[in-house]
Amino acid sequence: MNSKNQSKIKLCAGDRVFYSVVNILMFLILLVVIIPILNVISSSLSDSKMVMQGKVFLLPKEFSLEGYKVVFANKSIVNGYLNTIFYTVVATVLNIVVTLMCAYPLSRQDLVGRNYFMFFFTFTMLFSGGIIPTYLLMRDLHLIDNRLVMILPGALSVYNMIVARTFFQTNIPKELLEAAKVDGCQNIAFIIKIVIPLSKPIIAVLSLYYAVAHWNAYFSAFLYLNNPDKFPLQLVLREILIANSLSAEMLVSESERIQNDMSEVLKYSSIIVACLPIWLVYPMIQKYFVKGVMLGSIKG
Amino acid sequence: MSQISITKEEKRKLRNRKYLKIKENYELYLLLVIPILFVAVFNYYPMLGVQIAFKKYNAALGIWSSPWAGLYQFKKILTNPKFFQVFRNTLTLSIYQLVITPPITVTFALCLNAVNSKFYKKTVQMLTYMPHFISTVIMVGILVQIFNSRVGLYGNICKMLGIEAVDIWSKPSSFPHLYVWSGIWQGLGWSSIIYLATLSSVDPELYDAASIDGANRFKQLIHIDFPSIVPTLVILLIMKVGHIMSVGYEKVLLMQNSLNLSTSEVISTYSYKVGLQSGTDYSYGAAIGLLNSVINLILLMIVNKISKIVTETSLW
Repeated sequence: MNSKNQSKIKLCAGDRVFYSVVNILMFLILLVVIIPILNVISSSLSDSKMVMQGKVFLLPKEFSLEGYKVVFANKSIVNGYLNTIFYTVVATVLNIVVTLMCAYPLSRQDLVGRNYFMFFFTFTMLFSGGIIPTYLLMRDLHLIDNRLVMILPGALSVYNMIVARTFFQTNIPKELLEAAKVDGCQNIAFIIKIVIPLSKPIIAVLSLYYAVAHWNAYFSAFLYLNNPDKFPLQLVLREILIANSLSAEMLVSESERIQNDMSEVLKYSSIIVACLPIWLVYPMIQKYFVKGVMLGSIKG
Repeated sequence: MSQISITKEEKRKLRNRKYLKIKENYELYLLLVIPILFVAVFNYYPMLGVQIAFKKYNAALGIWSSPWAGLYQFKKILTNPKFFQVFRNTLTLSIYQLVITPPITVTFALCLNAVNSKFYKKTVQMLTYMPHFISTVIMVGILVQIFNSRVGLYGNICKMLGIEAVDIWSKPSSFPHLYVWSGIWQGLGWSSIIYLATLSSVDPELYDAASIDGANRFKQLIHIDFPSIVPTLVILLIMKVGHIMSVGYEKVLLMQNSLNLSTSEVISTYSYKVGLQSGTDYSYGAAIGLLNSVINLILLMIVNKISKIVTETSLW
């Protein structure tokens, strides 16, 4: 950092050009990232006629909350929302329990056969049975169209387990365990009284990782669920945003299109409604996410 | 004689110590039982199910008792002209992505690291991480809206410029661009984190020494910053090559429509379609999936080996 201060004091011509280029480049990238998001937000807040005529660019035109009223009056969206909250909460709790159960023992140097266990878990990152054998398994387990299919199969993410294991290895010193053992503390008591209270940061990171993944997942629901009452939000949105539009786009006549012009605004506002929970907590949790990436990168 | 007995004695002691360690830590093994069960059932059991790729699946008999068919399914794949189109699409998408994404991400990370205003840097980081949290469904939904040639942002810009807006979604040739560039839009900020972390741990004395030697900031970027992230870059590239055949089918499946199938059908979506959606030819679908996984695994091993020899960086 010292060097940067120095260069600030006496910027040579070359450096001045360099910094302006870098700053302008970053600004352009910022624009590219922000413009689509701003466009979606403003369209969701605009009058449907303005959206249909393509007049909305970066700011709402003829401000209106009509779109949001339609979203919250839509039964399948509200139902999907509730389903997603249910799946996310239950699955994340299970994820955390299973991940910690797996990561702590594997972080212990004195666990005989630890490398074999590690191989057992990491091999699943390299090779998988594929969609069809997995589908047949779910069918045999009677998990098709069963809410449990959203919760059980992904109970352990090996990547997240490795993140947690790295955390334990670097943050729970061996001496702590030895001291506890001298005082007659057994493994389970050690985990409950010492390891878990010390691992609050990693539990936070993992909960966020898992929760975001569950909130955003659509594919397993798409494969295994048939009953619309059980659909998570993402699957409902898929029908509203994509399934209809891509095929109908080219077929529907001009007059029909104007008739359901409300559907355009509905699309924009449902996008915002689905992203809002994550975007609202995002500024608070951003640094934890970043920490998680760092932990994952120093694999042991 | 005595020597042998000592080593035997030592071996026994060692085994005893191991046994004692296991006994002492039996609770840890009990903890591992549940995660192992989950992985065994949901990850390893389907690997056994892969055998249906070598069988003729019969719903009445189930996976285990269906008759063996040898390499019948694989012959069927290789004689199917459709498969080669799908194979080519998969390679096009993933190689396009592999060639374009890392240079852009690395350039972005190097430039962001060189920004000298802390506030500006934080702002750029915060805003570019945001698209990472958009789900696949929403991402494709946004794409559909934005690139709508009539009412979307793209259509409006074309109208403003007085250009005839081409319907991107019905043009097969634009699919790879749409897929790869939207991936960059979504992942640029997030994938730069790991490089920024590496860059922040570069010894500041290196910069001081360089500026004394007359290197300006740009030269420092080339000779200090870039070499410091090469090992990270190599590891990430190896992992990416290992996934070259598995294009993100969740996103591709959503972006497909009847008009762009000629470039958007990839191996994994094809496997899903022949196996689960249109028909129930489970064996054929599973064989395609297996072929895909095996190619991935082999590529990963080859690239890892090459990288071990050339750069001394490797996954294992």
